[in-house]
Amino acid sequence: MAITIFLVFVFFVIGLSLFLGNKTKTSKAYYAAGGNIHWGVNGIAFAGDYLSAASFLGICGMIATLGFDGFLYSIGYLAGWIVALFVVAEPLKRLGKYTFTDAVDANYNSRGIKLTAAISTLVVSICYLIPQMVGAGVLVQPLLGLPHAWGVIMVGAIVITIVATAGMASTTYVQFIKGLLLIVFSSILVGAVVVRGLSTQPDQGGTVEFHRYADLSAQISGDQIVVDDPQYTVLDQQEIKGGYKFVNLSSEGLETWWYVSETGSGIVLHETQSTVVKADGKWINGAIESESNTLRMVGNLEKIDGEGNVETGKLNVFSFLAKLSDKDTIFRTWKTANFVDSANQKVTVYYPQLVTGDQFMRPGLKFKVEGTGLEKLDFLSLMIALFLGTAALPHILIRYYTVPNPASARKSTIIAIAAIGFFYILTLFMGLGAAINGSINPADSNMSAPLLARSFSEILFAIISAIAFATVLGTVSGLIVAASGAVAHDIFDRYLKIKMTDQQKVRAGKITAFAIGGVAILLGILFKGINVSFLVGLAFAVAASANLPAIVMLLFWKKTTAKGIAASITIGILSSLILIALSPELYTLYGRNPLDAPVPLNNPGIISIPLSFITLVVVSLLTQKKKEIE
Amino acid sequence: MLHEPATPAAKDPSGPYKIKLGVRMFIVYMLFYAIFVAINLIFPKAMGMIIFAGLNLVTVYGFALIIFALIEALIYDFLCHKKETFYKKQEESTGEA
Repeated sequence: MAITIFLVFVFFVIGLSLFLGNKTKTSKAYYAAGGNIHWGVNGIAFAGDYLSAASFLGICGMIATLGFDGFLYSIGYLAGWIVALFVVAEPLKRLGKYTFTDAVDANYNSRGIKLTAAISTLVVSICYLIPQMVGAGVLVQPLLGLPHAWGVIMVGAIVITIVATAGMASTTYVQFIKGLLLIVFSSILVGAVVVRGLSTQPDQGGTVEFHRYADLSAQISGDQIVVDDPQYTVLDQQEIKGGYKFVNLSSEGLETWWYVSETGSGIVLHETQSTVVKADGKWINGAIESESNTLRMVGNLEKIDGEGNVETGKLNVFSFLAKLSDKDTIFRTWKTANFVDSANQKVTVYYPQLVTGDQFMRPGLKFKVEGTGLEKLDFLSLMIALFLGTAALPHILIRYYTVPNPASARKSTIIAIAAIGFFYILTLFMGLGAAINGSINPADSNMSAPLLARSFSEILFAIISAIAFATVLGTVSGLIVAASGAVAHDIFDRYLKIKMTDQQKVRAGKITAFAIGGVAILLGILFKGINVSFLVGLAFAVAASANLPAIVMLLFWKKTTAKGIAASITIGILSSLILIALSPELYTLYGRNPLDAPVPLNNPGIISIPLSFITLVVVSLLTQKKKEIE
Repeated sequence: MLHEPATPAAKDPSGPYKIKLGVRMFIVYMLFYAIFVAINLIFPKAMGMIIFAGLNLVTVYGFALIIFALIEALIYDFLCHKKETFYKKQEESTGEA
């Protein structure tokens, strides 16, 4: 069923692209869909473009595992549209032709701006492409049973077909259809979650038996842990950074890892899930990996309003959130620990943590708002980047050129705000639904929303997965159009001044789309396993640092010069990328100690955005004379 | 050669009004957003306070930020449209005269 729905959608999209491809003969048709898309269609296409894998997969996954902190992304992403509407939409529509570069260079005709703005478009688009492709790989595993890399390759191939056939026209209609489907079926999913209500033993409508995780009491003898139950023998003990302890127990021939927590009266061992890489393959929860032995999906409530063994039945949206926010409601959440055991085998343990409802439903589990000054600064930095990033994303900006006039640009932005805002409210319910219905893959939170759909029915899972796949297709198409415009239009045509006929320009755009699609496939395979919303947050920081100062200042500061814009874009890109590369989160990705990272912030916006603004002002002031002479 | 717009835009006499209005509405929203971020940083525990229908402050404020964005957007569109219509009518009456 899932495969059928998925294939129907893919063939429909490709058919539509081929149909529209026959009408796409000019560069205006290829890069701006002829500039005559209706604002209503463009508004939903905006939503289809913007609601990427990060919004659907990443945010839902983050809410499912880290509670309200994930919803902060929804709030920030939506708030960014206010900048787009009030500051950027109409002026940009008046200035530009096909690309972001056209708009910033409109009053200057500067080679420096052409080159730096085109590079910025490429860099931001590639940063944004990575999480989309990672999301594609994540989806294809449970949907089609194919490895991650095949999902990435498949999306790359389909998107290249969409973009190379009809450019912005096919991209617009794919995004429009996907935007509509996403909102409609997410609403259905949220309705189902609220009607099902809450349970401390979620069995997904009786289809999946609820697994109750065991606890064992133990004592410390010297530095050795001894389990009270004589059936269990301790084989190994490991302590990781932060003082977290784990023991490997053997019972009836089964070797399992347990998480050690100390209480006032002794020690409690909590059952975990684990993977161990042995010489004969990967072992999961004490047995070799097989079709019937995979990691169990997790996420449930231990108590609701202080009571265990409860089922609430049908709730409304307010009572659903109210019960989950209660201090006496307890969530069983899961964390991950990696270490090497005494037999030199790589072990990954997924261990439980109990979190109260009032903690889960307010910021703090990911962003340490009650932590040190630096941790607070990191949170502030993220919120600034999310707020300022939207209006600086090249693939969003080019959508302003597909409508006939500035008023349509404004109206389509308002439709986008309505559609995107509504969807983001749904993300909170979908993420929480996954957190309490045993719908989280402990090894990869990105699949939480589709797995939540599976907890209701295979058909809903198939539809939601196909839409999630379409989500990736829609956004990646927009990104590739933006990136191919940067190379073929901005660099080849405008910067290098290679003389091309209109048809040759279209062909150059298509060839570039192929090349960028190839790069996207490669990066999607390399970045497997990273939370997609986190990666998109970084793309926002790069966009806000590189592009926003240029857009805002050229609109509102008359002393802005071409050199000022070019310098600001350059500094914005370099500073944000360097800060990200030296951040603790990236150090973890490199396999190094995050405490050794030279930059203590994960989110660079608070440094790189002001730096880019200051650069523009200083360089513009220093180059005023030249401007006057020009 | 400058980069002319894809679709040439007609002269818009309401442009300066819309820019000024946009900046003002942007500042209002930015302040609302900044207060949300500030409460999270300065009084993080206050965000857990139950304030409406069993919902805590951060949930209500988060939803309010999303809904307020749409309300402001609709007001902005209404005022811009009104101004555009005003100038259009003025232009028509000047043309007729």
